[in-house]
Amino acid sequence: MAIFRDRQYLRVNVDKSPDESLWMKCKSCGELIFKRRVRENNNICPNCNEYFFLTAEERIEFLVDEGSYQDITKPIIANDPLMFVDRKPYCERLEEAQEKTGLTDAILVGRAAINELPVVIGVMDFRFIGGSMGSVVGEQICHGIETAIKDGLPFLLVSSSGGARLQEGLFSLLQMAKTAAVRGKLAEAGLPFISIMTYPTSGGVQASIASLGDVIIAERGAMIGFAGRRVIQHTIAQELPSDYQTDAFAFEHGAIDRVVKRENMRDELSLLLGFFAEVT
Amino acid sequence: MSDERTLDLLEAKIEELRQLNSEDGIDLSGEITKLEAKLLDLRRELYSNLSDWERVGIARNPKRPYSLDYIQALFSDFYELHGDRVFGDDLALIAGIARFDDQPVVVVAQQKGRSTEENKQRFFGMARPQGYRKAKRALELAERFGFPAITLIDTPGAYPGLESEESNIGGAIADSLLTMTQLKVPILSVVIGEGGSGGALAIAVADRVLMLENAIYSVISPEGAAAILWKNKEQAKDAAVALNLTADHLHDLGLIDEVVPEPLGGAQRDFGRTSADLKAALTRHLDELRGLKLSELLDARYARYRAVGRFQERESGGA
Repeated sequence: MAIFRDRQYLRVNVDKSPDESLWMKCKSCGELIFKRRVRENNNICPNCNEYFFLTAEERIEFLVDEGSYQDITKPIIANDPLMFVDRKPYCERLEEAQEKTGLTDAILVGRAAINELPVVIGVMDFRFIGGSMGSVVGEQICHGIETAIKDGLPFLLVSSSGGARLQEGLFSLLQMAKTAAVRGKLAEAGLPFISIMTYPTSGGVQASIASLGDVIIAERGAMIGFAGRRVIQHTIAQELPSDYQTDAFAFEHGAIDRVVKRENMRDELSLLLGFFAEVT
Repeated sequence: MSDERTLDLLEAKIEELRQLNSEDGIDLSGEITKLEAKLLDLRRELYSNLSDWERVGIARNPKRPYSLDYIQALFSDFYELHGDRVFGDDLALIAGIARFDDQPVVVVAQQKGRSTEENKQRFFGMARPQGYRKAKRALELAERFGFPAITLIDTPGAYPGLESEESNIGGAIADSLLTMTQLKVPILSVVIGEGGSGGALAIAVADRVLMLENAIYSVISPEGAAAILWKNKEQAKDAAVALNLTADHLHDLGLIDEVVPEPLGGAQRDFGRTSADLKAALTRHLDELRGLKLSELLDARYARYRAVGRFQERESGGA
């Protein structure tokens, strides 16, 4: 497929430290570029086509019709049920992530329109503890799906997650079953679920809700898979191909329907939603 | 503090004396009684105050009864089914029809190997996509004929190799989860040893989830958590505590329904009693579930999973 530039990951710049300067340096080609031009170009380097990382808010801005997004994210926050402490208490990690991102947790949920077709959309944010799914993310996804059922709309989920939120232990693991159960209700209601996998979609998120889409679309450069490279090398020390868990790998092995460039995603979705608009 | 090996040695010594006692006609009964009392004391000391990390060791003890041991003890006429009808068979995940108290049930379980040779075939109980697809097939068979499903969980996790990813292990687990949330027959799950992550949950979505006293169930292994969160594999003990992965902790957190007791030292010390206790618990829960109308059963299962998770209302103003 022409869309795969090479068999390696597209490197995705996740550096999002707040910075007031008007210029930035592309980590891929080294070119000094005007930030506004990058933004206008879907956060893709105008010089070398490197994809820069998108926050949930940026993703929404690039994906849905201007002014159409109405946030319905539930006003809830994680409450550290295990009082988990590793090198740092979980409650501190939460506060830091909230401060850094301005988000309550690793997802935003809202009503929106894509080329005038109404949807309910959930968008995960990798900056918030690796986009990991704990009790709050699980609840927000269910809330989004339930809103879609109530309004008779399609549900879209843009995943960007390393997997389960380890600091919530089994509560996190069980979010996989929770989101799967609620996804079943959407199917019973005859409404479509479009799963969009971006960099990265892995672990407990890939092994639950993200893989249960009626249609699964990967953004070019996505990393898709269950057990990461390090896990495999630690447990069974197997040699892995260089394209392991790339979008190309997932596509070639039939795990996803399509791989789409970021700049084409909105048109692709509106084309797809058009089919379902006639039955919902 | 004595370890389990010392206790095993002592036990062997007692057995030796017993033989001498009967063969040579030397009266050693006083000696034997004394040693037996000592052994019991030591065992009590060793096992009455187990740390979470020690329980991880017991859950993984290679002498621990595995799924096929329980299947033999709890069911009759186990009729194993093989293959996912697409790609192959997976001996890490076994499935079949059996009788439980004379009633047909479908059994799905992870099976570890006893020997190196067997583990080569059973992948140490780590199932691949074909295993989860076989499980789904067996569960759908249960639904078609109204047989309750009983699943036994004992796995370090799903098999994390290249071939698993090539046939979409994540998708296979996701499909199994969805199937189990909707399956129109009662489902009982028991974590008998290791409940490792998504690979365990994939066959543990149920109306009742039980755990043996020394079983563990976790989102990640203590070693994995130590490597990722502590950046130090040596801190697996701390991770084991932080993860709340023991049966008692998970019961206190309201995440499982019942803890089935084990004898001091673990299920293998008195397998007859452990399996009888487990059977009694399963019978009790199955009777309760059989008393429900299908809609009540499915509504209760849905409510159980819809409600899982802990969070709080956000205070106004702050993030």
